[in-house]
Amino acid sequence: MIYLAEIDIMPLRELLDPQGKAVENGLSKMNLSSIKTVRIGKHITLKLEASSETEAKAKVEEACNKLLVNRIMENFVYKISQVQE
Amino acid sequence: MPFQFLNIYVHSLFLIFYMKFGVIIFPGSNCDKDLIHVLKDVMGQEVHELWHKDSDISQFTTEDCIMLPGGFSFGDYLRTGAIARFSPIMESVIDFANRGGKVWGICNGFQILCEAGLLPGVLLRNNGQQFICKNLYIKPNTTNSAITNTLSLDRALKIPIAHAEGRFFADEKAMAEIVANDQILFKYCDENGQVSDASNPNGSLLNIAGICNKNRNVFGMMPHPERCTEDILGNTDGRGLFESLIKAEILVNG
Repeated sequence: MIYLAEIDIMPLRELLDPQGKAVENGLSKMNLSSIKTVRIGKHITLKLEASSETEAKAKVEEACNKLLVNRIMENFVYKISQVQE
Repeated sequence: MPFQFLNIYVHSLFLIFYMKFGVIIFPGSNCDKDLIHVLKDVMGQEVHELWHKDSDISQFTTEDCIMLPGGFSFGDYLRTGAIARFSPIMESVIDFANRGGKVWGICNGFQILCEAGLLPGVLLRNNGQQFICKNLYIKPNTTNSAITNTLSLDRALKIPIAHAEGRFFADEKAMAEIVANDQILFKYCDENGQVSDASNPNGSLLNIAGICNKNRNVFGMMPHPERCTEDILGNTDGRGLFESLIKAEILVNG
């Protein structure tokens, strides 16, 4: 079965996100100063083959922990769904 | 310089005191040629170029040193150093380091060593968001390492940095260990050696510019000592680090 994983990776809350800060400043210059905080992360989608959702989840988590996410600086959440080929 | 004399003298008598270096070239490395030039032509050492796909580094013993140069390996995609860390040669480098071999990463090399878990922490985007390329000052924080053992703790060294991701970060527990084990090799400072927020270019914790691992055989630093070892370039402050390393090897084995 084919699964689609949608992964969101964000910098840890306690870390300064300079990219988010720069965008925040930009927004405040266009009369959007009601936007208080901007933080920027990454969105990654993966298509994978697995025999069950449990197996698919295990593979996604392995990919995240080994390469896609550095847990010293980031956190991740993901959604998984079965898709047609 | 007296040490330089000793170096040449010893080398001319006992070839065994030549130190062997391997410089790994990743796709996107761009300081490899500078580093090879300094090791070979300025320091007079034996240097081998290593392609990141060659996992055989059996020609090196743990007396030798493997170096990871600066650059933008794999275009800095995903995170700096994250993909290079899985190049075939890195498993051999990790094994080499675990056996006590010396491994030294500069700039992108430092980032790769952190991603590989050979050094603690991570290098985050500079707090000012910009790529910074300029000369600044760093101060050796300990002489208890192969690359700092002949340096003066009182003299600030002028060494250029060139990075966008150099903000050293580790969690509280890891930082406590780094400090307790005397693993900080260099701190950003001003011309007079004062370490302060004003002399911190990128927001690194404790002004950290370079560290070593707990076993003191893996070194990482963001500044580029290979860019300042020759009079013709107007700055030789980086030379002391290479001299320290080669001299340490001579003292240990001589």
